[in-house]
Amino acid sequence: MSDFTPYSALLGGALIGAAASLLLLLNGRIAGISGILGGLIPPAAGETAWRLAFLLGLPLGMLALDLGRGVTAVPEIDTSMATTVVGGLLVGYGTSLGGGCTSGHGVCGLARLSLRSLVAVMTFMLAAMVTVYVWR
Amino acid sequence: MSGADARKALAALVCGVVFGAGLTVSQMVNPDKVIAFLDVTGAWDPSLALVMASALTVAGLTQRLVTRRSAPIFDTSFRLTSRRDIDRHLLVGSALFGMGWGLVGLCPGPALALLGYLDAKAVAFVAAMVAGAAFHRFQLRGGRAATTEPASPHSGQ
Repeated sequence: MSDFTPYSALLGGALIGAAASLLLLLNGRIAGISGILGGLIPPAAGETAWRLAFLLGLPLGMLALDLGRGVTAVPEIDTSMATTVVGGLLVGYGTSLGGGCTSGHGVCGLARLSLRSLVAVMTFMLAAMVTVYVWR
Repeated sequence: MSGADARKALAALVCGVVFGAGLTVSQMVNPDKVIAFLDVTGAWDPSLALVMASALTVAGLTQRLVTRRSAPIFDTSFRLTSRRDIDRHLLVGSALFGMGWGLVGLCPGPALALLGYLDAKAVAFVAAMVAGAAFHRFQLRGGRAATTEPASPHSGQ
């Protein structure tokens, strides 16, 4: 095992889980990022403001935390621009087709004991692991 | 914007900030960290498994309490997906998503969080993500502009 960071993993995960439950409590919505983004494509009346606000919160949360910790190093994306774009297309298309991503299926779906989400998670985990094995 | 919409937007903003903070603390925003977790045959870093387990536990324990309510605080009803089916769209879509995730080490949340730094590749990834999702939406409409909204693949969301 290299660079295992259990404490930040537990804390970070707890924050993610808390955010998901908070969104459910306050707005009654699933905190599935691909779903929240997808609901803006195309935008619908009454459904745009909260989605934009949530998605805006993501970089704000990152910036706030990094500022607070004095972190200035931005995580690097070390793939080529072409590979990055292909990856983005696959993620965008795949999450729309599959109805969810790591937060939607992985956190919210599994928290609700959804078999559909379990199958989704196992599938995308396997696909991702195979891709890393083959590609890197 | 109505008062109700403004309240929901503010609530969503707070949730997004907490979520973004969680992604950052857990290092889900770091492609190298994600790849190290997915690299099961290499120098495996299981940290992200712990992230998911922790998120699941917190979400799982609290969501029961939440859905005992008759309604959320700022809306009239919970919008939970009712889908229970496992079809080829789920399987193919998840596989494609996994491929993209394994290629770059980014999934939707972290990619959006990284936009704060205006990194060119993060912007390109998000733009491509939107394009990919838009293309699927377009396909759902039968490949042409429709007058009615298509059913969302993330039903209930």
